[in-house]
Amino acid sequence: MAKVNMVQAINMALREEMERDKDVIVLGEDVGKDGGVFRITEGLLENFGHERVIDTPLAESGIVGAAIGMAAFGLKPVAEIQFMGFIYPALDQLFSHASRIRSRSRGRYTCPMVVRTPYGAGIKAPELHSESTEALFCHIPGLKVVVPSTPYTAKGLLISSIRDPDPVIFLESTRLYRLIKDDVPEGEYTIPLGKARIVQEGKDVTVIAWGSMLHRAIQVSEGFDAEVIDLMTLSPFDEEAVFNSVKKTGRVVIVHEAPKRCGFSAELSAFIAEDAILYLKAPIIRVAGYDVVIPLPKLEDYYMPTVERIRRGIEEVMKY
Amino acid sequence: MPEEIIESFNVKGLQTLSEKGEVDEALMPELSDDEIKKIYELLILSRTFDQRALSLQREGRIGTYASILGQEASQVGSAFAIDKTDWIFPSFREIGVYINMGYPLHMLFQYWAGDERGLRTPEDMNIFPICIPVGTQIPHAVGAGMAAKYKGDKIAVVVYFGDGGTSKGDFHEGFNMAGVFRLPVVFICQNNQWAISVPREKQTASKTLAQKAFAYGFEGIQVDGNDVFSVYKVTKEAIEKAKSGGGPTFIECFTYRISDHTTADDATRYRTKEEVERWKEKDPILRLKLFMKKKSLWTEQYHSDVESKAISMVDEAVKISESIEPPKPEDMFIYTYAKLTPRQMKQMKESRWQR
Repeated sequence: MAKVNMVQAINMALREEMERDKDVIVLGEDVGKDGGVFRITEGLLENFGHERVIDTPLAESGIVGAAIGMAAFGLKPVAEIQFMGFIYPALDQLFSHASRIRSRSRGRYTCPMVVRTPYGAGIKAPELHSESTEALFCHIPGLKVVVPSTPYTAKGLLISSIRDPDPVIFLESTRLYRLIKDDVPEGEYTIPLGKARIVQEGKDVTVIAWGSMLHRAIQVSEGFDAEVIDLMTLSPFDEEAVFNSVKKTGRVVIVHEAPKRCGFSAELSAFIAEDAILYLKAPIIRVAGYDVVIPLPKLEDYYMPTVERIRRGIEEVMKY
Repeated sequence: MPEEIIESFNVKGLQTLSEKGEVDEALMPELSDDEIKKIYELLILSRTFDQRALSLQREGRIGTYASILGQEASQVGSAFAIDKTDWIFPSFREIGVYINMGYPLHMLFQYWAGDERGLRTPEDMNIFPICIPVGTQIPHAVGAGMAAKYKGDKIAVVVYFGDGGTSKGDFHEGFNMAGVFRLPVVFICQNNQWAISVPREKQTASKTLAQKAFAYGFEGIQVDGNDVFSVYKVTKEAIEKAKSGGGPTFIECFTYRISDHTTADDATRYRTKEEVERWKEKDPILRLKLFMKKKSLWTEQYHSDVESKAISMVDEAVKISESIEPPKPEDMFIYTYAKLTPRQMKQMKESRWQR
């Protein structure tokens, strides 16, 4: 089994799914000849040709809108938006259409598509190249939101996302792309959407994270008897896994890179408060990005939750 | 390089059937007498449906409705050229297109009365559900065109929008992609002169909308949208061109919205009665009638038969639509995703005991 990074794992998933199903089409800006700005789609053009690996004009709303039409017609488009900060022109297409086609047509038309986009800070990039606005998409019924944290889960989750009958927003942490390597088997395996992963079991505190923040959460948790949950799918999230863990530990720390206000931790906290408050021994602590415009590289290390901030969060709940 | 003209375009306009019912034989499309009568019947049925919808809205029996009065020829003429295997992406003012394609009339009333089940297109046709946000359906048609081309399906994709839609970013992004990939898409703009209260000349400084196509590398043409023959002819040619790999075409149907924008609008706030009266003289059905009369295809008796048939079809559709049980609250849950989420399952139970 090969040790590969997340870029290679995602590339494997795309390649294998395209080999398996000729309805899978990749489209986006620079995804063909250039292999994508992060080289995620490298080699696909050579393997599958211009008909299936489509370099589109520079038009995010057009890319997502066209993917909707392709999906309704029976294809399985995987659209790439070059950075999450550039997805905003396509929000109209995602919110007004992709999420609603099944409902609007009462099941006659569906929208089995994936929109992949790199997200997050930490790679010293220009403005709007460091966004993590996953909660925007989690608010919209009809969309699914998936955030892998490792090469192994990225491959399995992307295969599931491509095969899913509904539109999936697939967020890839730019910082993780080449940071870690995993044993990733060749050939298909899937990781179901809507299920979380218990990364390590523990008794005293539940630490919930996803994507880029998971690894910092794991690092800090080593000093505690902590149960670490990798949420993987944010929408719809695994309520059962969160509930069971909170019931066991009675303490919760949620970590994410996005600004705290209305971040996805707000939904998780509200769920825990509604369904599991009587099991809590301490207030829920959220360690998140600040409620500011995500800064340029000189300040990004101050913006993102650090290992130290996560540690303080866990220490805080452990006082109770 | 010396200064020189490196590109220039000519924008064509087309009228075959004049307001007086005269045709230019050289431009006349191939249509049998039976087909012409069929077109007349579809125009009458569309208008009958439309007028009934307006009165049902006033009686509170359906919700807000967007009338097509005055635009029937743009819709029937174009849709008459569309095959059943072609794909159609409508905006929200295309009732005549639906009727033309044989969409069950009662389902249209059902939808406008607030029941999504009316938008579940029957399996034997490919009309995408009504698109409320302006112009956003254009990229969908482009994607369907890409898919059809990839799959090698010999079909055309027809997308409808209005003059207001040409100001949207999705118009540009969709047209641009269709040009780049030479897609089998027919873009039909019903330029009805008004986007709610904003007149055409405030929508764009271009002399025509048709000319915009040339910037994307394909042909645009303006036709008299109240002349059903021109609309039919140009659409038919554009569909054939699309199917034979000739790429996209943009058709601007120059027409007029006689009604308010919707039943929630009052057009007297922004336009004059005189303007509306002038356009009533250009009525698409009136001029076809004059033509048919000259050809001895139209008599009072024929017309009254056609009209009574339309009225009884519409009566029947209203009756069916009003006899349909309202949807169950479960309906709004089960079509969100292919499978209910665990939370939706709980919410669905809650929606039952709320009643």
